[in-house]
Amino acid sequence: MSRPEHQAPAEIVYNDTEAKKYTVNTRIQAIQADMSYRALELLNLPEDKCCYLLDIGCGSGLSSEVLEDEGHVWVGVDISPSMLEVAQERDIQGDMFLQDIGDGFGFRPGTFDGAISISVIQWLCNADKKYHNPKKRLARFFSTLYSSLARGARAVFQFYPENPDQVELIVGSAMKCGFTGGLVVDYPNSSKAKKFYLCLFAGFADDPSNSPSLPKGLGAEGEEPRSSVDYAHERIKERRRRGKKSRAPIKDRNWVLHKKEVSRKKGKTNVPKDSKYTGRKRRVRF
Amino acid sequence: MRLITHNMLQCHVKGCTKDNFPLKLEEIEIEELEAEFNADFIKSMLNRLDWKALAQTTFSLGIAQLPEEMPEELSDEMLEQLHHILLEIDITSGRMVCQGCNHVYPIRNGIPNMLLTESEV
Repeated sequence: MSRPEHQAPAEIVYNDTEAKKYTVNTRIQAIQADMSYRALELLNLPEDKCCYLLDIGCGSGLSSEVLEDEGHVWVGVDISPSMLEVAQERDIQGDMFLQDIGDGFGFRPGTFDGAISISVIQWLCNADKKYHNPKKRLARFFSTLYSSLARGARAVFQFYPENPDQVELIVGSAMKCGFTGGLVVDYPNSSKAKKFYLCLFAGFADDPSNSPSLPKGLGAEGEEPRSSVDYAHERIKERRRRGKKSRAPIKDRNWVLHKKEVSRKKGKTNVPKDSKYTGRKRRVRF
Repeated sequence: MRLITHNMLQCHVKGCTKDNFPLKLEEIEIEELEAEFNADFIKSMLNRLDWKALAQTTFSLGIAQLPEEMPEELSDEMLEQLHHILLEIDITSGRMVCQGCNHVYPIRNGIPNMLLTESEV
């Protein structure tokens, strides 16, 4: 399956039909919610504190809903008007902006307590218009983001890099703009479950020598990923039956009694009375 | 877009660094929402607010008359009033104009359009 960023610019790929399909798809909902919770975990916000957060590439609000459910006040930006429309139909409370993140952010310094972005920043590596220069766009993006974040705030980006060069490009650009931090990879040994999270720190809130350390990726010790997403399209195999004897009968005594009750209620007059012989296994006469 | 976010906005046109906030609101239509009051959140946002801009905005929209300078101590009543202003007033349509470069950001259906043209990036 070709990558969407190779097909067309984001606002074209996510048109009205695609936006609805994407949002209604339960598999996508599950994966996006999962990744949003993980990103929120990596943000390491103080417990039980309502924070002012930025959702970069909020789309139809799948990730923003997670922020809202956790009690935060959020602001979202996205380039696709169709996706934002779907988000509005879902009745979520955050403020949304139609914006191209490659143009930079228009927020005053120190506005946000944190930022998340789910499945978005790989789009910045593609030039969608003639005058686009990915390096410049990435630089504008990271530098304006850095100033929009409060001191000591974090930004966590889950993204799908095409190749190691792209990772280099993105991480390098972030570091040049003053961010510290790095890449956290969950389940590095599983091709299906592997997820990349770019964890950036915007300065230190208190003491520079007490700098935050990069969180560890899940699955680093070879543990298996949680089954919730992995088995999304696998049928749970039915327990193998051991011969005819252990087959659970569908039409058992309770079923027979229930059907007789229903017939009586319907008004049938010849329904036999219930006794200890009702629904009893008959002796095999063959 | 709620007033709390409007207070955080500045114009991001290339080269626009003077007078790029607050964005002037024109032909505004507002709607009232309901939001849960969280005093700690309001207190944590106080340092980030541009009080003058907020007072200007609430005065021009005719919603409230805030004191010119942010008071040192805020009573519970004031916090509730701030909560109402910041999180319960939603701008549904109109425009925002940058005082520095005159760029117009239209607002439709509550969503401001922040897209820039090639020359402004």
